[in-house]
Amino acid sequence: MNEWLIVLGIALHAASGVPGLFYPADDERGQRLSLAMAVVGSVSGIAGALWSLWSPPVSGAMMRVDGLVVCFLLPIFLIPTLGGLYGMEYWRQSQHPRNGRKLRLFYGLVTAALAGVTVAANTILFLAAWEIMALSAFFLVTTEDEDRAVRESGWLYLVTTHISTLCLFALFAILRSVTGSYSLEPLPSGVASPELVNALFVLAVIAFGCKAGLMPFHIWLPGAHAMTPSHVSALMSGVLIKIGIYGLIRITSWLPDPPVWWGGLLICLGAVSGVLGVVMALGQHDLKRLLAYHSIENIGIIVMGVGLALVGRSLNCMEWVLLGLAGALLHVWNHGLFKALLFFSAGAVIHVTHTRDMDHLGGLARVMPRTAFFFAVGAVAICGLPPLNGFVSELLIYIGAFRTLGIGQDVSWFGAAFVAPTLALIGALALACFVKAYGAVFLGAARSRHVEHAHEVSQAMTGPMLVLAGLCFLIGMAPILVAPALDRAVQDWAPGLMSGTRSLAVVAPLGWVGLGALSLIVLAGLAGVVLIRRVRSGGHTSTGTWDCGYAAPSERMQYTASSFAQILGGLFSWVQQPRMHRPDIKTVFPGRTVFQSHVLDIVLDAVLKPAYRVGAKFLSSFRFLQAGNIHAYLLYIVVFLIVLLLWK
Amino acid sequence: MIQCLVHIVLLLAMPPLLLGVIGKTKALFAGRVGAPILQPYHDLVKLFKKGSVFSTTTTWVFRAGPVVGLATALLAGMLIPFGGHAAPVAFSGDMILFAYLFALGRFFTASAALDTGSAFEGMGSAREVTFSCLAEPALFFGFLVLAKMSASLSLTTMLDGTFPLGAGAAAPSLVLVAASLFIVLLVENSRIPFDDPNTHLELTMIHEVMVLDHSGPAFGMILYGASMKLFILGAFLLRVVAPFKGSDPWSDWGLFIVGMLAMAVVIGVVESVMARFRMVFVPTFLVAACLLSAFGVILLLR
Repeated sequence: MNEWLIVLGIALHAASGVPGLFYPADDERGQRLSLAMAVVGSVSGIAGALWSLWSPPVSGAMMRVDGLVVCFLLPIFLIPTLGGLYGMEYWRQSQHPRNGRKLRLFYGLVTAALAGVTVAANTILFLAAWEIMALSAFFLVTTEDEDRAVRESGWLYLVTTHISTLCLFALFAILRSVTGSYSLEPLPSGVASPELVNALFVLAVIAFGCKAGLMPFHIWLPGAHAMTPSHVSALMSGVLIKIGIYGLIRITSWLPDPPVWWGGLLICLGAVSGVLGVVMALGQHDLKRLLAYHSIENIGIIVMGVGLALVGRSLNCMEWVLLGLAGALLHVWNHGLFKALLFFSAGAVIHVTHTRDMDHLGGLARVMPRTAFFFAVGAVAICGLPPLNGFVSELLIYIGAFRTLGIGQDVSWFGAAFVAPTLALIGALALACFVKAYGAVFLGAARSRHVEHAHEVSQAMTGPMLVLAGLCFLIGMAPILVAPALDRAVQDWAPGLMSGTRSLAVVAPLGWVGLGALSLIVLAGLAGVVLIRRVRSGGHTSTGTWDCGYAAPSERMQYTASSFAQILGGLFSWVQQPRMHRPDIKTVFPGRTVFQSHVLDIVLDAVLKPAYRVGAKFLSSFRFLQAGNIHAYLLYIVVFLIVLLLWK
Repeated sequence: MIQCLVHIVLLLAMPPLLLGVIGKTKALFAGRVGAPILQPYHDLVKLFKKGSVFSTTTTWVFRAGPVVGLATALLAGMLIPFGGHAAPVAFSGDMILFAYLFALGRFFTASAALDTGSAFEGMGSAREVTFSCLAEPALFFGFLVLAKMSASLSLTTMLDGTFPLGAGAAAPSLVLVAASLFIVLLVENSRIPFDDPNTHLELTMIHEVMVLDHSGPAFGMILYGASMKLFILGAFLLRVVAPFKGSDPWSDWGLFIVGMLAMAVVIGVVESVMARFRMVFVPTFLVAACLLSAFGVILLLR
C-alpha cells in the first residue's frame, strides 16, 4: 500500500505539466492545475514515504523502498512542490508565455524521474529514469534558450551528464556480467575479483560525482545553477545533485569488502570539494553563482561523511558508520532545506531588482524585510551555526571524525581525524562568504539604481520560504525527531554491521544540542529585551552613519562584495586565479573609467579549456580524412573491417 | 550546585577585571599611574545609562550584533571548566558547540558592522572574518590533541588534568597547543601585537573598527561580551598550561582566580614589550598557530 502511494505521487508529478500544454500561452489555469497535481502528488508521496519507515522494506523486481530510499524521497517530494508554489508568482505563465509551459512540463518530469531513480530496483528502470532526469534537467537549464550564455551552460551540462551516464552503462554492464541479472542488489562477497570491485567503485565515483558536482567533476554546476529560474535552481541544488549522493551511498553499500582506501579517497575528494568550493564561492560577484559554488562545498561535506562511514565499514566500527552516514544523510536534507531557502530569497531579490550582481545591490533589508530575514536564516544555517539545522549534521560528522582517533574504542584510523580541522576551515570560510553576500545584498545603502523600485514580494513567494525556514529551526532545535529515520537508513545501508540497538540518539548528544539551541534563543531574547529597555530609557536619536568624521559619505564608498573578499582572495589566489582588467590611466585628470575583475574556475578554465584547445589543435590536423566524401568514408569502413578480420 | 553558582557568578562578574589588570600592567610598564583596576566596571555602568545614536541606514541586524555576541559568549562560558571544577554543562561533543557559538557571534557582529554602510566598518568586518578562517583550524587541531590525550570528547574531561596516555607523552603536544592557543587568544581578542584597540587610526584596527557606530547600552554590551570572550578563552588556555587540581574545591577557585589574574598580567606584559605587527603578518602568525597545533596532533600519532 505504501509503495502505491509513492507510485501515485510519481505519476502525478510526471503528468503535472501536461494539462498546461492544452491551455493558451497566456492562460494561468494550466499553472494552477499543475500546482494542484504536484501538491496532491507530494502529499501522497510523503505519506507513502513516512509510512514505509514503520513497515518492512518493499523489495520487488521493479521497486525497492527502504530507509535509504525514504531519506531521499522526502526532499524530492517536498522541495519541488514548494518551488512550484513559488513559481506561481516568480514565473507566471502570463508573463512568460514563451517558455512557461515547457518549464512546467520538464519540472514535473524531472521530479518524477528523481523519485523513480531512488525507487528503481533494476538497472533498466534505473537508467531510464536517470536519462529522463538528465534530459529534463537539460531542458530546464535551457529555459531561456534565447540567451547565448544559457545555451552554453546547457551544452556543458549535457556533456557532463552524459559522461556520467556513460560510466553508469559501464558500471551496470560489469555488474550484469558478474551477477547475470539486471536486478540491483548487493554483490555477494567473493563473486568478483577485488580489482573488478575497485573498478566498479571508481566508475561509481565518477558517474555519481559528475551528477553530484563533486570536484573535479563540478564544471557544469555553477553555470547551470546560475542561468536557470530560481525555483529550478533550488530544485537542482536542493534535490537533483543529491541523486548523485544517493547513487554513491547505494552502490557503496552493495559492493562487498570495501578496502580502507575507498573511504580515504572519498574523504580526500570531499575535503578538496569543500575547501575549493567555498573559496571559489568567495570570488563570485553573481549571487546565484556564489550559491552554486556553495553547493559544491556542501556536497564535499556530505561526501566526507560518506567516506567516514565507509572507513567505519571497512574497519568494522559501527559508531563511525552511524555518525558518518547519519551526518551525511541529515546534511542531504539540511542542504536541501537551506539551499532552497537561499535560492528562493535570492530569486526574490532578482525578481524585483533584475540583477544578480551583488555589487549593484545593497540596503534591501529595509524594503524587503521578510526576504532579508529568510536569507539570514538560510545563511546562518548553511554556515553550520547553532541554533539551526546545519549545525546538527556537521556536529555528527565532527564527532565521527574525533572518534576515529580511537576514543572509546580500540580501533583508530587517524587519516579521518583531519576531517575536523578541514570542516572548521570550511565553516569559517563559509561564514566569511555569507557575511559578504548578506552584507552586500541586504545591508548598508543601495549601490545602484537597480534597487530603487525594489519592494517586498508576495506571499506566494514568501510562503515557501517560511515553510523551509521553519523546518530549519525545527531540525536545529529538536534534532531527536529525525533520529529514527536516520537510524533506519543506516541499518539498511550496512545491515550486517548495524545489528543491535545502537542508535543515533545514544551516540550523539542530540538532546543537548536541542537544549543548547533553545537556551541560546532564550538568552538572546533576554539580552534583546534588556537592550531594548535600556535604549528606551536612555533615549535615542537617528542620524547618518558616522564614517569617522567624513562629512559627505556616498553609498559608492561602501565595502563591496569584492572588496570584502579581497584579503581572502589574496590568500587563496592560487585557487581563484583572479583576473583584473585595470583602467589605463595616462593623463593627470583621467575621465570616467572602468575596472573589472573576475575569477576563473580552477578545473574548467584553468585545466580543461587549455587542454581542450591543445587537443583540438592536434586533432584538427587529421581533418583532411573527413572531407565530406561519402565514398571515402565507405572505403575507411571497408579497410577497418579488413584490418579487424585479419587481426582476430 | 554551589560550584555551579560560583561558576556563573565568576563568569558574569570577573571579565571586566581582566581588562582593568591588563590596563594597570601596561600603565606600570609605561611609568604611569594608570586608571584604577575597577575602571572597566565604571565604564560599563556609564555606557548602560547613556542614550543611543542609531544610523539611519541600519536595521534590526545592527541591534542583533551586540545581543547575539553577548548571548553566545554567555552560553560558551557555561561549557568551559573554570579551574579544576567541571563546567555546569558538559556532554560529549560540547567543544564543537563551544567553537560554533563564537562563530555565530562573529556572524552577527560582522553583519552588524556591514549594516552601517561605512567603509571603515566593512574593512573591520572583512578582517575579522578573514583572520578567524585561520584561527578556527588552529583551535580544532588543538581540540584533536586534547581529545586524543584525554580520550574524551567533552571540554570538562579534556581539561581535567588526567592523561590516560601518560603525562610524559602528552607534554610536548601540550606545549605546542598552548603556544598556538595563545596566538589565537591574542588575535581573537584584538590584543597587541596583532591588533591595537587604542590606536588613533581606524584604518589599522580589526575588531574595534567594526563597532564604531555602536553607542550607549549596545556598545556596553559589546565591551562586556568582548571581555567575557577574553575571560573564557583565557580560562581555556589556563587549563592547558596549568592542568592542576587540588583536593579542596574552594582552594581550586582561589587558584583559578589567581591564575586568571596572572594571565592578564602576562598579556599586559606582552602588550608592553612588543610593538604591533603589520597587518599582513597576522595571517602568517595564524598559519603558524595552525601548524604548531597540527604538529601537536602528529606528535601524538606516533
